[in-house]
Amino acid sequence: MDYGLTQEQQILRTAAREFLEAECPTSLVREVEGSSEGHSPDLWRKIAGLGWLGISLPDRYGGTGGSLTDQTVLFEEIGRALTPGPLLVSSVLAAHIVLNAGSDRQKDDLLPGIISGDLVLTLARGEKLETASGDGGLTLSGESPFVPHSGLADRIICATRPAIGAWPDTTLVIVDSQDERMTKTLMESIANYPQYLLEFDDVTISGDSVLGVIAEGQSVLDLAVQRATVIQCAETLGRAQKVLEIVVEYANNRVAFGRPIGTFQAVQHRCADLRVAVDGGRMLTYQAAWKLDQGLLAGDEVSMAKAQAGSMSRMATEAGHSIFAGISFTVEHDMQLYSARAKIAESNLGDTEYHLDQLAI
Amino acid sequence: MDFNFTPQQNQFREELREFLRDEVPVEKQEVFGLLTEEQYQFGREINLKLAERNWLTIGWPEEHGGGGKGPIEQGILAEDLGYWRVPKSQSIGLGIVGPAIMVFGTQDQKDRYLGPIARAEVEYCQGFSEPNVGSDLASLELRAERDGDEYVLNGSKMFTSYAFHADYMYLLARTDPDAQKHRGISMFIADLKTPGISLTPLPYINGEMAAQTHFDNVRLPLSCLIGEENRGWYHAMTTLDFERSGLWRYANVRRVFDDFVEFCQASAPDGGQPLAEHPLVRHQMAQRRLGMETWKLLCWNVAWMQSSGAVPNSEASVAFLYGSEERLRFAEMAMELLGPYATLRHGSPLAPLLGNIEGIHREAMHLHGAGTTEIHRNIIAQRGLGMPR
Repeated sequence: MDYGLTQEQQILRTAAREFLEAECPTSLVREVEGSSEGHSPDLWRKIAGLGWLGISLPDRYGGTGGSLTDQTVLFEEIGRALTPGPLLVSSVLAAHIVLNAGSDRQKDDLLPGIISGDLVLTLARGEKLETASGDGGLTLSGESPFVPHSGLADRIICATRPAIGAWPDTTLVIVDSQDERMTKTLMESIANYPQYLLEFDDVTISGDSVLGVIAEGQSVLDLAVQRATVIQCAETLGRAQKVLEIVVEYANNRVAFGRPIGTFQAVQHRCADLRVAVDGGRMLTYQAAWKLDQGLLAGDEVSMAKAQAGSMSRMATEAGHSIFAGISFTVEHDMQLYSARAKIAESNLGDTEYHLDQLAI
Repeated sequence: MDFNFTPQQNQFREELREFLRDEVPVEKQEVFGLLTEEQYQFGREINLKLAERNWLTIGWPEEHGGGGKGPIEQGILAEDLGYWRVPKSQSIGLGIVGPAIMVFGTQDQKDRYLGPIARAEVEYCQGFSEPNVGSDLASLELRAERDGDEYVLNGSKMFTSYAFHADYMYLLARTDPDAQKHRGISMFIADLKTPGISLTPLPYINGEMAAQTHFDNVRLPLSCLIGEENRGWYHAMTTLDFERSGLWRYANVRRVFDDFVEFCQASAPDGGQPLAEHPLVRHQMAQRRLGMETWKLLCWNVAWMQSSGAVPNSEASVAFLYGSEERLRFAEMAMELLGPYATLRHGSPLAPLLGNIEGIHREAMHLHGAGTTEIHRNIIAQRGLGMPR
């Protein structure tokens, strides 16, 4: 038993924190939030240059072959800094689908670009995406809401269901984002998180664009989603930890009734409760990462981490806005940046209720 | 990161479970809220057998009669004894007094006290709280005055669990009333047979018979002082951090939760679908399962810190606070889901889970162990987060 980070992981954490404090200040986060793509090309290039997009991908494609636990350490920092961009969807979710389902050629085509940051992939997995076999191969129709970063993605992996009665399972296909038979409509949402409604009108899928075997994609998709869920929990954890730190710092310095408000137990106890939640969240998140790294079934552990991340981030939001109080209701204060992203993460990749339902005995 | 136990640790757990299966039949297991004399004595017998195998103090150093392993093995022992509902006894000596003597005791005190604890021969109680002193423990008033070769103790201790079974009390007393309050306290071990010590029964709502312990000119030899005179407060704070994983308490509750889940899967009170298939029940049980797993990890985090040489402090309060509140959340949920059946006591017809639900609900009112939940929050905020006092 060892719940500590390795020396390499500690170095990674320190380096990531220092880099992001310098390169991803909240001023940049705000600037990106005001842009339509939710992305900073400059920061993206630097992040790719550090090898972060390939941290859990094999050396042969330009990655560094690290574990999911390593990636969890990194994404705690990425979340902490509110780092914008398609890191999660491209370098975790899409990359691991390609890695586990793709042919050698597809992997050679896509993974080096994902890792270098030159290619951005996203994932559409709406329930109404259907593939049918026609004369020229497969065609894809239907719609998929909530597809993140499709505005800048080069390719879209679509998790599709069979049109009536054909196959029992998911087929994973790749669509070029320039395909004329696909339309994308921005779904304006919280913190301008860039997500789109994609509509496909008989998009032709060539044989080269099917990932893996037709109708056998579900297990690859599930595993990639599990990994991404853990990584998103790590981001949530990093943000909650940061909220705890800034709230405590504020409480220790803000004077009311002649003394720092951090001397009041009502304030201390909110902070203590958040600390308990953050400690629990850290254990649950790393347990899930470790289990997946061991190649063990980890559905329950992933769902526990995700369900807890939801309640933890709600607690961080409440503690933050309640202790910062009036000033945190202003746009200029950073607290709202954390609470908005907490809500995006909570509803993404299965919300708290979904994961509790998965856990039910 | 490694969430696994070593093969040796797993083997220890297997051997321990085999022992428990053989030695602890269901009818001897403790029921929440019903601590009978017979059960207490049975727990003592089990401890003797564990001591014979050198398991009872498996985490203690060999030189003090222990198994020479560490906090992880001691945690495995606590977890499995709790899960098997072995009636609890001798925990103060094993968890707090023994380790305190290892750190602060003289060689003579180590020779005198450690062997009997490790061999499960003695019971200890703890004398910290007083009738007027609880959370503000450093204001304690029980006086110990030096008189030649002896200390003379006057005053009283409150909430003395195990008092009627104990041989010794491990206590804090004021030795310098003029000093600043934290700096006038000393730590002692008092033989409860010493003249002048008397007990007033203080029954607890969980079925336990505790006491108020009175000291009327009780004369203790100087050799009963543990550590330095007037440093007792600091010694006590250090020793409190020793046995803090809380794994026994976790596992003891987890067992009832697991039994409760099984009960809900099998039981269909309205003749329809089993309880566990009602969406509301499923949802609540999932929340509590998440709570139980979180509690377990927080406990093991404390044991792991100890095993790596760190001293858990606010982390122990995190685990303890979480556990106290999770136990109550579970008890309240079980009460809510089982309705009037949940209020039935052990022995009543139709009492679910041998009355353990009714019992654990009373036990869950124990929200003050090793500090009230508010005190634990203060510790987390002040020591853990660096907030001002």
